[in-house]
Amino acid sequence: MKKLMTLFSLLVAISVSMAFTPASGGYKVGDTATDFSLKGVDGKFVSMSDYKDAKGFIIIFTCNTCPVVKQYEDRINALHEKYADQGYPLIAINPNDPSIQPGDSMEKMKVRAKEKGFKFPYLFDAGQTVYPQYGATKTPHVFLLDASLIVRYIGAIDDNARSAESVGVKYLENAIAALEKGKNPDPNFTKAVGCSIKAKA
Amino acid sequence: MRKLFLLLAFCLSIQLTGQDVVVFEKFDDFEELLYKDDGKTYVINFWATWCAPCIKELPFFEKIHEKYKDKNVKVILASLDYKEHLERKVVPFIKQKGLKSEVVLMDDPNANVWIDKVDKRWSGAIPATVFYNGKNRKFMEQEFSSFEELESVVLEFK
Repeated sequence: MKKLMTLFSLLVAISVSMAFTPASGGYKVGDTATDFSLKGVDGKFVSMSDYKDAKGFIIIFTCNTCPVVKQYEDRINALHEKYADQGYPLIAINPNDPSIQPGDSMEKMKVRAKEKGFKFPYLFDAGQTVYPQYGATKTPHVFLLDASLIVRYIGAIDDNARSAESVGVKYLENAIAALEKGKNPDPNFTKAVGCSIKAKA
Repeated sequence: MRKLFLLLAFCLSIQLTGQDVVVFEKFDDFEELLYKDDGKTYVINFWATWCAPCIKELPFFEKIHEKYKDKNVKVILASLDYKEHLERKVVPFIKQKGLKSEVVLMDDPNANVWIDKVDKRWSGAIPATVFYNGKNRKFMEQEFSSFEELESVVLEFK
């Protein structure tokens, strides 16, 4: 009987732990994202809860060093210009470990932010705790959240990394437009080539 | 006119290189490389000259080519560089590193469609590698830390 009880409590423990362990691979569309508190290039910590009136959040995992990112920097600036005032603050997070990619240190982030005139928070995922929760695997990697921090779109900014002029579909902008109309973004998940996130094996 | 000129320059550039780099502008043309059924084990590594971890692991793929090229293993290094960078970046890189494996350039801008066609599990981050022999297939979105690690995967197909 005692053995049976032990077995039973073990089963309960397993099922409870399974229920509370987030699915591996990070968020899927429909999941609720966790807020964070990460330090930015201006030395201040930023959380989504700082934005009381936000209608949503454009979270972009990005870095200083990835050539794909560099092709998007001007477009990321433009997205901030366009959407911050509409209630969708853009928050950039560098997930890379600078001990592997020295070009992605906080000091270098400050330099890049100044060079490119970033007006949005550019945060450092110190300890690499945030990007695995989101399931970011590369830079750039976009997560669009709504006001309740529900993930509504994951993927690419648009369908042409090489040139802004050749873009056919603005996935992220279309997704925001859908939220504005109270609709679900379609597509709500896209893929693009990017740089792997640099982490110790 | 400008397009014609670019095309001409482009054809010429391929001829001038020591190693012919086949350029695929459409994934549909590239796709057959992922489904050959000739008894060989194919190792198809997606990389780019701008991808530091990719460059780091290239010597392991070169060593696979060297050691197994006469043992039914074919290594294909599929560069995701832009075709405009073929002459200026990719070809000089091949020469500088003395790459012996076959290099192809895959430059279909519609990544949202073709990434899934390579493998549903691929997020699009590089490096990434497809291994297959006939119906047996393995996809790995990761960087190999040693030749032995890569070789052990290749040997699963022997």
